[in-house]
Amino acid sequence: MTHRIQLTVNGEHYDLDVQPHHTLLQVLREQLVLTGTKNGCEAGECGACAVLMNGEPVNSCMVLAPEADGAAITTIEGLASDAQLDPLQEAFVATGATQCGFCTPGILVNARALLDRNPDPTEPEIREALVGNLCRCTGYIRIIDAIEMAARAGRKEPVQ
Amino acid sequence: MTEHQKTHVVGTSPERIEGRDKVTGAATYVDDIQFGPNLLWGALKRSPIAHGLIVRIDTSKARALPGVRVVVTGEDFPGYMGLYLKDRRIFALDRVRAVGEAVAAVAADTKEIAEQAVALIEVEYEELPGVFDPEYGASPDAPLLHPDLGSYECVPFVFPQPGTNVSNWMKVRKGDMDRGWAEADLVFEHKYRVPHVQHVPLETHVCVAQQDPNGKITLWSSSQSPFAQRNLIAKALHINHSRLRVITPNVGGGFGCKAGVSMEGAAVALALRAKGRPVKLRMTREEEFYTTFVRQGLVATIRMGMTRDGRITAMQNTFYWDGGASTEYGVNIARAAGYSGTGPYFVPNIHVDSYCVYTNHPVGGAMRGFGMPEIHFGIEQHIDVMAHKLGLDPVQVRLKNCLKDGDETLTGMTMHPTGLSQCISKAAEAIGWGQPSAPAGPHKVRGKGLAAMWKAPAMPPNPGSSALVRLNEDGTATVSIGGVDIGQGALTAMAQFAAEGLGIKVTDVRVNTVDTDYSPYEWQTVASRLTWSMGNAVLRAAETARVQVLTAVAEAWGEDIDDLDIIDGMVVSYKTEESVPLKDIAIYGVQRKDGTFVGAPVVAQGRFMPDYVTPLDAETGQGPRAVVHFTTGAQAVEVEVDTETGELQVLKIVSAFDVGRAINPEMVRTQMEGGAVQGMSTALLESIILDRGRPRNPNFTDYRIATAVDAPLETENIIVEVPQDDGPFGARGVGEHPMVPTAPAIANAVFDAAGVRIDSMPLTSQKVWEALQG
Repeated sequence: MTHRIQLTVNGEHYDLDVQPHHTLLQVLREQLVLTGTKNGCEAGECGACAVLMNGEPVNSCMVLAPEADGAAITTIEGLASDAQLDPLQEAFVATGATQCGFCTPGILVNARALLDRNPDPTEPEIREALVGNLCRCTGYIRIIDAIEMAARAGRKEPVQ
Repeated sequence: MTEHQKTHVVGTSPERIEGRDKVTGAATYVDDIQFGPNLLWGALKRSPIAHGLIVRIDTSKARALPGVRVVVTGEDFPGYMGLYLKDRRIFALDRVRAVGEAVAAVAADTKEIAEQAVALIEVEYEELPGVFDPEYGASPDAPLLHPDLGSYECVPFVFPQPGTNVSNWMKVRKGDMDRGWAEADLVFEHKYRVPHVQHVPLETHVCVAQQDPNGKITLWSSSQSPFAQRNLIAKALHINHSRLRVITPNVGGGFGCKAGVSMEGAAVALALRAKGRPVKLRMTREEEFYTTFVRQGLVATIRMGMTRDGRITAMQNTFYWDGGASTEYGVNIARAAGYSGTGPYFVPNIHVDSYCVYTNHPVGGAMRGFGMPEIHFGIEQHIDVMAHKLGLDPVQVRLKNCLKDGDETLTGMTMHPTGLSQCISKAAEAIGWGQPSAPAGPHKVRGKGLAAMWKAPAMPPNPGSSALVRLNEDGTATVSIGGVDIGQGALTAMAQFAAEGLGIKVTDVRVNTVDTDYSPYEWQTVASRLTWSMGNAVLRAAETARVQVLTAVAEAWGEDIDDLDIIDGMVVSYKTEESVPLKDIAIYGVQRKDGTFVGAPVVAQGRFMPDYVTPLDAETGQGPRAVVHFTTGAQAVEVEVDTETGELQVLKIVSAFDVGRAINPEMVRTQMEGGAVQGMSTALLESIILDRGRPRNPNFTDYRIATAVDAPLETENIIVEVPQDDGPFGARGVGEHPMVPTAPAIANAVFDAAGVRIDSMPLTSQKVWEALQG
């Protein structure tokens, strides 16, 4: 039994037949082959699969595909526009905020949501916003630096 | 000050060469590779008990389930595997020795069917008494876990004790212990405990295996060791190495757990029966916590003698490693702990026993630091304890005893030039050692602590590196290597070596990820050895490529090669001021004055292998050269302790390490920072809770790792550069070292702040609070 849903992903519209027990993460990675979103725990605990759903960060492993019907989704692939990187992406490269890179997509979309709702966050606010995103390589310091740098670099319009 | 060799690219900090792929989601990891609807999903049937004999396995119900394509058990693949000691099977055959050990595997059309099929496999066990403590395991009372230990294939520098659970006994004997104790004004002994922890790469272990119709097997593997995987799996399955190809794209973190082979053999076993279909095996987070590799637990007894002016006269240290159900990798951790067993100090009289002990716990393996964070937790607290008892300053005691150039190490090796004293002094200065901490809030006290460290690359005497550098039509270079970028920045460092050696821009270098069919050999991405070892290979290849270019140009132009140079991709003559872009000649050669051409497509190889490491005596651990070198360093921390709750906050971590030469200083600093936070996380939060072998917290809710809120408020990262004689531009590795001294530095700071000594990791609020109650 499949379930028909409509999704807008990174501005593109899709009509999809999904397994009702599949997650949004599975739909993105396996059906749409948008593999930038990572699978780190499938339990909503690590944040590697974070995407924006109607502008809000969610762990896509915790959203059943039918629940996402009608939603607008932004994944890491949708963060840059016309080959122009988001200031956050530029800042992550410049500060050395990415090492193995596996947590990076989830952190970037979550940070995008943070800056969209709070263009000038304090360091404690940044740390608090990242508490659901685990990173084992960087120690978070450069990630915090990068988000501060991107916040300074400009106030991008909200994605959704 | 050290004279640096003049460089253009080395010593600068260009951005990570694959960084833009990683921030856009374009970087490909194993799980991202598409295999289409033909892909089969693998799943493993695992032991629910810690120790027992397998009485019966019935796979008939699983085989009958529609969509199940392959079911295999230990009887199908009984061969042994292992890096240093071949004591691990792909599937248990007659006996299980840990909860989670694989006993059978299934490949099915979907993940759901594979999971159902695994549940339908029936296994009957005869449960046996277990071993859950390494000291007990090493005693004659313990049940024997590997009765066949004496028949296992083993490298010559590991010493199994057949008839016991001790799979390696590393001994170091030096000087005269009676004299050492007699000379001491204080002799003190204490026991320190380190629990099992897990590496927690954000990407769990994942691989895909496929056999083509002609019998060629390809393994796409998230691995630190594509060549070691090829070697170990080929040998275990009795197939020719050329029949097995291992491809490793980007790797989402390793920290040692993706070194060697763990679950990959099962995927290959399934693929051999899958009639050409690819089989994916991806660990769940729970499986990752206890079925691939964990960091071994340690019980360490440190006995130290010291004079009243702070000179160490003797050390007798005993390490019992909780090696788990298999110690194929762990035996070498016990060895490394042996030859490093005094910590970074000159000690005249030494007695070290390091025992690797089989237990019914998860299999221990390499983890960042390879035994050094564990032994330094005890040694570096013990130095502080001794100093305080004698009324001495712990930093001064360290400076007095730490190894200096030319000192003899515990195994009789002459210490090479080292910046250890500088690291200790600089870390102490940066934390404001000797100055009181700023006042804290009510019920809060602050304190400072410091710990020093050393660590050598722990590996066989002869691990090799090789590299290929070739030039392209556009004047760019392509570098092929067999080492893996697991996040540490190896690709970028190698691009810098190639750019430096050739005379081109780092942005004009591409470095390939590993495919054993095309990449030159590399032993493993472990031991913080790539910058040093693979760096030498890449640099030599690049310099050879440069010579190929300049030789052709010199002949064509009728000039001396010494008058020619390559600068930012342009070949120039200092004599005639003639120049030609590399892109015009890299493939096509150089035109002579008579219209003919000289040269050929530029492609060069470089290789490196240390040829001077000597064996150590089995009874004394003595030998001229135990290891290639030691990277040394120190960390100083400031903490705040809430005396009402026992909660700790790490305010600042200062790291200072002697890296020989920083090839990319910013990436060195990111290693220091990330390592310090990983060290802090293990120090404060982490422990796999094992209840008679059963893991009780295999998830991120119950096994917490540091988050952005836990990270220190401030870090400072100090690079010390005392060159390594055989390192490229003097470099030696620093990947693992920054998590070695963190836990004891924090424990020492807690003592400074609150007057309580916590001798077991992790330093939880509960332990601190209980200690504060007296």
